Amino acid sequence: MADLSTTFLGIKSPNPFWLASAPPTDKAYNVERAFEAGWGGVVWKTLGEEGPPVVNVNGPRYGAIFGPDRRLMGLNNIELITDRSLEINLQEMTEVKKRWPDRVIIASIMVPCEEEAWKAILPRVEATGVDGIELNFGCPHGMSERGMGAAVGQVPEYIQMVTEWCKKYYSKPVIVKLTPNITDVRYPARAAKAGGADAVSLINTINSIVSVDLDNFAPVPTIDGKGSHGGYCGPAVKPIAMNMVAEIARDPETAGLPISGIGGINTWRDAAEFISLGCGNVQVCTAAMTYGFKIVQEMISGLSEWMDEKGYESIDDFMGLATPNVTDWKNLNLNYVTKAKIDQDLCISCGRCHIACEDTSHQAITNMVDGLRKFEVIDEECVGCNLCVNVCPVDSCITMEQISGVDPRTNKEIDPNYANWTTHPNNPSAVTEPAE
Amino acid sequence: MSEADFATRDIRTGRLDQIDYENNFEDLHAPLTRHEATVEADRCYFCYDAPCMTACPTSIDIPLFIREIAAGNPSGAAKTILNQNILGGMCARVCPTETLCEEVCVREEAEGKPVKIGQLQRYATDHLMATAKEHPFKRAASTGKRVAVVGAGPAGLSCAHRLATHGHDVTIFEARAKSGGLNEHGIAAYKTTHDFAQLEVEFVLSIGGIDIQHGRALGADISVEQLRNEYDAVFIGVGLGNTNNLGLDGENNDGCLDAVDYIEKLRQTDDLSSLPVGRDVVVIGGGMTAIDIAIQTKLLGAENVTIAYRRGQEGMNASLYEQELAQTHGVVIRHWLQPKALISNNQNQITGIELEYTAQSDDKLSGTGETVKLEADQVFKAIGQKFDSSILTEAGIELEARRIKISADGKTSLTKVWAGGDCVAGGEDLTVASVEDGKVAAESIHAFLTR
Repeated sequence: MADLSTTFLGIKSPNPFWLASAPPTDKAYNVERAFEAGWGGVVWKTLGEEGPPVVNVNGPRYGAIFGPDRRLMGLNNIELITDRSLEINLQEMTEVKKRWPDRVIIASIMVPCEEEAWKAILPRVEATGVDGIELNFGCPHGMSERGMGAAVGQVPEYIQMVTEWCKKYYSKPVIVKLTPNITDVRYPARAAKAGGADAVSLINTINSIVSVDLDNFAPVPTIDGKGSHGGYCGPAVKPIAMNMVAEIARDPETAGLPISGIGGINTWRDAAEFISLGCGNVQVCTAAMTYGFKIVQEMISGLSEWMDEKGYESIDDFMGLATPNVTDWKNLNLNYVTKAKIDQDLCISCGRCHIACEDTSHQAITNMVDGLRKFEVIDEECVGCNLCVNVCPVDSCITMEQISGVDPRTNKEIDPNYANWTTHPNNPSAVTEPAE
Repeated sequence: MSEADFATRDIRTGRLDQIDYENNFEDLHAPLTRHEATVEADRCYFCYDAPCMTACPTSIDIPLFIREIAAGNPSGAAKTILNQNILGGMCARVCPTETLCEEVCVREEAEGKPVKIGQLQRYATDHLMATAKEHPFKRAASTGKRVAVVGAGPAGLSCAHRLATHGHDVTIFEARAKSGGLNEHGIAAYKTTHDFAQLEVEFVLSIGGIDIQHGRALGADISVEQLRNEYDAVFIGVGLGNTNNLGLDGENNDGCLDAVDYIEKLRQTDDLSSLPVGRDVVVIGGGMTAIDIAIQTKLLGAENVTIAYRRGQEGMNASLYEQELAQTHGVVIRHWLQPKALISNNQNQITGIELEYTAQSDDKLSGTGETVKLEADQVFKAIGQKFDSSILTEAGIELEARRIKISADGKTSLTKVWAGGDCVAGGEDLTVASVEDGKVAAESIHAFLTR
C-alpha cells in the first residue's frame, strides 16, 4: 500500500491534500469537519491586520460557468479575506492545532505592505503553534484595490520585500502564494525565492467576469445592478495553473523551489498531474465547495490505487517526473509522425470527428464509405493534429498512433532520428546541432 | 376452464370509480419539466448528419432543436421542429420514436439509452403553444389560388398549412364533425390528453387562409370531379375506413366489435364510465390498434385482456416498446394463434372465441389443427383497416396495392389531384408519415400553381 504522507518544508502531513485558503477554512467548525473527512491540512482563510473586521458585500458573492448537466466548471468570487476578528481566528487556530496535531495548519496572511504591519501580526501567528504561513499576494479583487493581495503579487520587488520581512519576524516556513494575473509568473517566483521564501503556492484566482445578466446588463454576481470582476477558479483554470507550475519548476533560477499546487484540482488524477509537474502537495478549494469535504476520500483512494498500480511507494517517487518533459516547442521532434486511428468497435457514429476535421481542419475523416455512414481516417490527409480525439465523446475510441516508413500524406520516408526546428532547413536561424 | 363458463357474460359500464378513470387515462408520460429537459438535452452529442434526423420521416433537425433547448431557447427549438412538421406536438406524443429517431440515436449505440427525443420535442412544442403570442409562421402574399383538401387528418392539415404558408387559400372538406382525423378519433387517449388534438388543429389554422367545412364527405357530399372543376388543385387525405372482417360466422353478433369504432367512441365520450366493457376481452391483431384497444379496455376495467396474434412476436407491427407497454398494463399477448370460430350463446351474444394454433413453414402460415378456446365477452377486430376506393376509381384515380397510387411528390394519376396519408400506397400508417406526405404534396402543388 502506497504511503501518501508528505513532508513539505519539513511539515508532515498524512496526505498531500490540503484545503486552500478560502471559505472552507474560515473557522474552526469547517476546519475540524475537513480534518474529520480526512484532509491532510488546511491553509486557514486569510487573516488581516488587527482592527475593525473586513466588510463583505451582502449580496451574491459567487458566479459560475457550467458544463453539461450544470456541472460546475468554473467559479468566481468577490469575497474578501476573513471578516472575523483576528483574535478569534488566532484563538481557534491555536485550539484546532492542539486538537489535531497530526494535521497541518498554515496561516494565510494579508496585511498592508508596511513592515510594521507584518512585524505586528507575525509573532501573534507564531504563538498559535501553526505549522507555517502563506502570504496572500494573489487575491485579485477588493483587497487589491487597497494595495494588498494581487497588487503586491504583481510587483516582484514588493514580493521580495515582504517575504524578507516575514523571514525576519517569523521562524517557521514561509510560502508565497502567487497571482496568475501577470504576464510571466517566473518573475514573482524568482522574487519570492530571492526574498527567502521556503516555497511558492499557485495559482490564486484569475480576474474574471463569468457572465453578464442579459436582463439588466450587469456582470454576475450582480450587486444592485453592478458587478465587479471576481477571482476565477475551479476545473476550468487547471490548465493555466499547471502551465505556471511547470514554468517555475523548469526555470533554472527557481528549480528546486518547493511548490504547493493549486488550481482546479477536482480528482486524484488532477493532483497526481500537479505533483508530477513538481508540486510537493496540492491545495483544493472549488471541488470541496462544490461537493463537500468527502471528496478527499476519492482523492486518497484514487491516488493510492494508482501509485500501487504503478509501483510508486511514496509521493516523492513520482514528484516532478513530468517536469523534464515540459520543453519549448522548438525542441519537439518533428520526425514524430502520428495518424488518428478510429476503433470501429467503439465508434458510436456521432460524426463529430468528421465534421470537426471537415469544417475546421484537414478534411481527413470520411463520413461515408461505400454508401454507408462510416468514419475512417484518410491517412493521406491526416496531419495527426488530435482534434478528432478531443471532440470524440467516447474515451479511447480515437487514438493517435505513431507511424514509420513513408508518410502517406507527404509521400516521404520518415527519418527515424530526432530532429527539431532548431536544425530544420526552413528555419532561417537553423543550426547544425539540435538545441536539445 | 369449463365450457359452462362460456355461458355467463359480463359486460358492464362503470366498472371503475370516477377517479380511477381519470388516473388511468392521464398522460402516459408526464411532460418534462424545465430541469428534466435541460438535463436530457445536455445528453445530445449534436451529431453530424445525425441518424435521428435521417430516421425522422419529416426530417426534423433534431440535433439543432435539442441544442436550442439546451441553450435555453425552447421557442426557437419549437420553430425548428414545426418548420419541418407542423404537427410536431402530436408527433412528439404519438410517434413510435423507439423505431424511428430514438432507435438510431448514437446514445442508444453507446449506452443503450437514447436521448428522449420525443419528450424533448413535446417540451419545445408545448412551450411554444403555451407562450407564443402569434403563429410562428407568416403567410406569403396571397396568390389568389384555391386548393381543396379532402380530410382534416394529419395529411390534410399538414398539406393545408404548407399551402397557406405559400399564400394559397385552402378549403378543407371533412366528413366528421371534428377535425384532426386519427389524432382526434384514433390515437390512444392516454397519449393525447386534455384535448390536445383540437388545440393543435386550432394552432395549425391560426396561420390563416384555411377554411374547414365539416360534415362534407367525399362521395356523399362532394365529388372529385366537382373539386377539380372548382379549385386549382385537390389534395386527398381521407385515411382509411372500417376494420377488416374476420370472415367468421357470428361476426355481427353482440360483442364482436370493430376496434377502430370503439376507440373513436372512447375518444369522443365525455364520460368514460359510459363505455360498456367486458370482464374478458380478446383482441385479434398485432398492430398499434390491437395494442391501443387492449390497453384501453384494460384501463376501462376489463379483468382479462388477451391479444391473439397469428404470427410470432417479431412479426407484430406494434413496436416492442408498445408490446411491453401492453404487457405492463396486464395485457396477455399470445402468439401463433388465429381466429377459427366465434362462440355465441343462443341470444347471438359473443361468449368466447376458438383460436387455432399456427405454424410457419416455407414462408407460408397455416393452422396446425390444434385449437384453444378463450372466454370472451368482447372480441375486438384490429386486423387492419379497409380502404373504400370506389369513389376514387370511379373518378379515374389509379390504385396500387388497393390504395391510391402516387408519385414521389404525391401526384395521383389524375391531373390537379394529389394524395397522401394512410390512403396512399406504401403508407406507413403513421401520423408523422402522413404529415410528411401532406407537406411534400403541398410543395408539389405550390410548384404546380406557381409554374
